[in-house]
Amino acid sequence: MTKVYRFTCIVCPLSCTIEVEMEGGKIKDIKGYTCPRGKEWAIEEVINPKRVVMSVVPVEGGKLPTVSVKTERPIPKDKIPELMSMLAKIKVKAPVKIGDVIAEFEGVKIIATREA
Amino acid sequence: MYDVVVIGGGPAGMAAAIRARDLGLRVLLLDDNDYLGGILPQCIHPGFGIHYFKEELTGPEFAYKLMSNLEGVEVKTSARVLEIINYSDIEKFVVYTSPEGVKKVPTRTIIYAAGARERHAFEIGIVGDRVSGIYTAGEAQTLMDIYGIMPGKEIVIVGSGDVGLIMARRFSLEGARVKAVIELMPYPGGLARNIMILRDFNIPLYLSHKVVEVRGRGRVERVKVVKVDENLREIPGSEFWIKADTLVISAGLIPNVRLLSDIGVVIDPSTGGPVVNDRLETSIPGIFVAGNALLINDLVDYVAEQGELAAEGAKEFIDNGGILSKHWIKIEKGENIRLVAPHYVSGERDVWLYARVRRPMENVVLEFPEIGKRIRLPVVKPAEMLRIKLRAKEIREAENKITIRVIEND
Ligand code: SF4
Repeated sequence: MTKVYRFTCIVCPLSCTIEVEMEGGKIKDIKGYTCPRGKEWAIEEVINPKRVVMSVVPVEGGKLPTVSVKTERPIPKDKIPELMSMLAKIKVKAPVKIGDVIAEFEGVKIIATREA
Repeated sequence: MYDVVVIGGGPAGMAAAIRARDLGLRVLLLDDNDYLGGILPQCIHPGFGIHYFKEELTGPEFAYKLMSNLEGVEVKTSARVLEIINYSDIEKFVVYTSPEGVKKVPTRTIIYAAGARERHAFEIGIVGDRVSGIYTAGEAQTLMDIYGIMPGKEIVIVGSGDVGLIMARRFSLEGARVKAVIELMPYPGGLARNIMILRDFNIPLYLSHKVVEVRGRGRVERVKVVKVDENLREIPGSEFWIKADTLVISAGLIPNVRLLSDIGVVIDPSTGGPVVNDRLETSIPGIFVAGNALLINDLVDYVAEQGELAAEGAKEFIDNGGILSKHWIKIEKGENIRLVAPHYVSGERDVWLYARVRRPMENVVLEFPEIGKRIRLPVVKPAEMLRIKLRAKEIREAENKITIRVIEND
């Protein structure tokens, strides 16, 4: 069975529309890219899409009631719900500094992006 | 007497204050929030600072970098400016209220960096019941990402600009269901990297549609959506209802210029901000403007850049008793240009022009016919601001005006 994925490439402002045709978990055809960077990005998007995830966690005794956090690196897209439910259980205490490690998720650090 | 009073402690105001201090000026920075940073502290997603700091930061991190460089600047938060008094070209007063009471301070120049406000539901023709559950995107973002409160569970977002899409992601991540993003135009409004969010979370995007009505008892229960034709007229019979408890409006920003228009500063209806020269000086000498109060930017990097430019303008104003350029060349909007700033250039210095197109086009030339400058571009989109450097030497080729236009590549 073949499946076609269509993306707007976000690597540069040209915004090429790239089509990746997949058959049985393998790439059969890829077209629409203008440069190799776009091709690589589209393949990664199909095989192993990753995202930086950001959220806020409650903070006790801070200036603001929450502190914003992000994953230090992009994490696999299908892990995002798991990460979010882990973050939902976390609470931190002030003071928090920018760059503080709030938690870790499968080896990826969750770091504070705001002071509290 | 201050050399500069900076109104607004967001990225434009902080960058202006820092640059002005570096240039040896005595600076007072005022902001009406109780924290600095403007909207940055609530913009917790990455994508900021790639040009300005040469690294990718989240909004709060970008703000923090500026905040920690304010030594030597007098900063007042919870300070709301009530009035600007233009006593004379070289002496102005700023009246503000703060926990210390109402104060009136004298200053040589003013840098106005008060940002923008959001369009609300009633400005885009949505009628219906007076219910809770209607927010602007910025309000929803403040609730979630500053105060940690979820605005609702089943959400309809009006507008596919970057803010709307980023909020769609935040809602989805936090477990709310975004039932639709409704876009009036036939194309999405945001940057391509944000449009990906819709696919990431399987959010339906309705192009050429608008929300016209909200119904509910006490709280939003359903919203009415209608399709529009190419002239943006509603198509009768195309209406349908979406069940939702929350409506989020992300229908664009309007420069916050009331304090300026009150004292007669000339406003450009196409940018919504003041008419400015290449020092970002408004039609009142000694009052400069930067950031989203000047024009709506899509990158904070350019906002901060404008803050620095305004500070350099203030420095020149103080040193020379005014911006003394003799001959101003007008920047005219040609084909497919919706807005451009600055409006007047002198040819005495290089300038950054910020412009936006009316409609998307591919394979185009961005052209300045009077000075023979042509730049080829693969694509132009209303969502992506054009930023072009004009060199002083190039500007001097023109006599009275320079047209900026986008035409098809021949
Ligand atoms: S494929 Fe290459 S040229 Fe096209 S948008 Fe992607 S990076 Fe740019």
